[in-house]
Amino acid sequence: MSVPSQDNAARTGIFARAIIYSALILFAIYYLLPLYVMLVNSLKPLDEIRQGNMLSLPQQWTFEPWRSAWSTAQIGVSPTGLKPYFLNSIMMVAPAVALSTILGALNGYVLTKWRFKGDNLVFGLMLLACFIPFQIVLIPSARILGILGLAGSIPGLILIHMVYGLGFTTLFFRNYYEAFPTELIRAAQIDGASFFQIFRRILLPSSGPIIVVTVIWQFTNIWNDFLFGSSFSSVDSIPITVALNNLVNSSTGVKEYNVHFAGAILAALPTLIVYIVSGRYFVRGLMAGAVKG
Amino acid sequence: MSFLQINELHKSFGATHILKGINLEIEEGGFLVLVGPSGCGKSTLLNTIAGLEPITSGEIRINGNQVNDLHPSKRDIAMVFQSYALYPNMTVGQNIAFGMEIRGVPKAERDKAIADVANLLQIGHLLDRKPSQLSGGQRQRVAMGRALVRDPQVFLFDEPLSNLDAKLRIDMRTEIKRLHQRMKTTIVYVTHDQIEAMTLATKIAVLKDGLLQQFGTPAEIYNDPVNMFVADFMGSPAMNLVPATIVTEGNKLAVKLDRGERQPILLPLSGGPAGLSAYNGKKVIFGIRPEALTDPDGADRNASQLATADCHIEVVEPAGSDTFAVTALGGKHVVARLRADANVKPGTTTPLAFNLTKAVFFDPESQNRIS
Repeated sequence: MSVPSQDNAARTGIFARAIIYSALILFAIYYLLPLYVMLVNSLKPLDEIRQGNMLSLPQQWTFEPWRSAWSTAQIGVSPTGLKPYFLNSIMMVAPAVALSTILGALNGYVLTKWRFKGDNLVFGLMLLACFIPFQIVLIPSARILGILGLAGSIPGLILIHMVYGLGFTTLFFRNYYEAFPTELIRAAQIDGASFFQIFRRILLPSSGPIIVVTVIWQFTNIWNDFLFGSSFSSVDSIPITVALNNLVNSSTGVKEYNVHFAGAILAALPTLIVYIVSGRYFVRGLMAGAVKG
Repeated sequence: MSFLQINELHKSFGATHILKGINLEIEEGGFLVLVGPSGCGKSTLLNTIAGLEPITSGEIRINGNQVNDLHPSKRDIAMVFQSYALYPNMTVGQNIAFGMEIRGVPKAERDKAIADVANLLQIGHLLDRKPSQLSGGQRQRVAMGRALVRDPQVFLFDEPLSNLDAKLRIDMRTEIKRLHQRMKTTIVYVTHDQIEAMTLATKIAVLKDGLLQQFGTPAEIYNDPVNMFVADFMGSPAMNLVPATIVTEGNKLAVKLDRGERQPILLPLSGGPAGLSAYNGKKVIFGIRPEALTDPDGADRNASQLATADCHIEVVEPAGSDTFAVTALGGKHVVARLRADANVKPGTTTPLAFNLTKAVFFDPESQNRIS
């Protein structure tokens, strides 16, 4: 009795798998197609693109568009390429991610392990930050940056991104630490560890997965941000997303599609690398929070 | 002079009154067990002693010093948690040394202390492992090691054995007792397991709903429970609590136990508590432990008041060392503890000996002991 039914089960399994995998492969192709188009066309001379046939491989391979996008393309008024703006973005993203992650972790620590009256209200208010459309806060933010003397500077952008990232980072860390055993904190208190000693010695070493999640999330959001970048930057603090727009939308001269493709890939490269390097931790971290929390 | 003293301790969380005026004290080197059902406030009481929960009012003194407002690390206590609470990112050795490290004890001194404790608890071979690589019993030992290495004035144990399997629990229980006898440090120990309480304690405090029900030696708690809750909670199988009527027979009081259609049992009392005469003709709750209700051959020869009555046996449960027989008295199932080889069969009637010296009586209204 059981042998044929097992056989059946196995056959249905293979059949179902075939369907699932073909669907997955189809979707993968669908998603990869734009990347493919960008990649092949960024390696073609402009003439070849003008002939149409976007999907064909280059007949003449060239890295000239990449070199141009990186260091010589006309962006705004100066032919600098994306390089200085790429560096601007890095100088903005690195501190903004680090600060918002550290502060989010501290917030999560206090909100779960050092509870005080009204802590849930404070947390609820911080959560609201996740739902506020950024457009609403543009003018107040501009005013505050002006008062602080940070308008149009990279520190100003860092401050804005840090503040608006806090809602999310606090949410991540709070939910993660909620599942962290309070008895460990109490044991450390009895051992005489201070507030920050407990944080640094007990909590942080166990926070790997959620730190990865937060860093990826913040890095992607801040790197890809266009709104704050275009609103609060001046000539020497423009981030790469805004620069890419200036490159692509320049109204003078010919449209160098190959250079545009190369530039777009350059601008997307850091987030891509972050995902490829730490993507599996990302999933693991989200799962850890979801299952245990 | 008592070593640990708790006076009129109150604790509220918002509007919820958790501890309602607790008074306790234990002498130096004593082993105080706080026992009670879940939610009775025993763990909260322990946490207030540790300083992990602030108290609402009252006073806690350790060795004569009031510690109410001292930080946990300044109270000279060490605590073993239910979940062991070992720092997952540190090795066993680092776990044990963490407190000393925070206090800035030099490395050489730390290493010596770790070695001593590891030697005492036989965990020397585990020092370089992480807690996740240890079994439950090993984690328990490490948690105790972390407490022992502090050499505190008072040890606090919060249900330390409840995560272990039955056999290991009994082994560790013996081990804790052995450690206590050796170290002679004062211990406060929380458990919901009344056998742990009986075997370990020099003093037991029974709590219920934030109120101290009874505080005394294990023998006092077991033999002289102040109310029906304590009588029922301590002992396994539990004390039989049977509705009964006090009647006069001749010029003496007697206990009448109804048995439905069968003839009531009449147990004549000689002596008994003085307060019982006020209950003549009234209902009481008659409490008798299973071991005081046995087959006549197995009865205590020295008991001054022994009454025998024929009882109808409903169920027989051989347990190896003893045989438990269930009969019905006063509308309740009553467990008798017989010798292992006692010849009883379910459905038959057999004489049972009631050791009335060990019997206790409760007021059915107030549930308090009639003394």
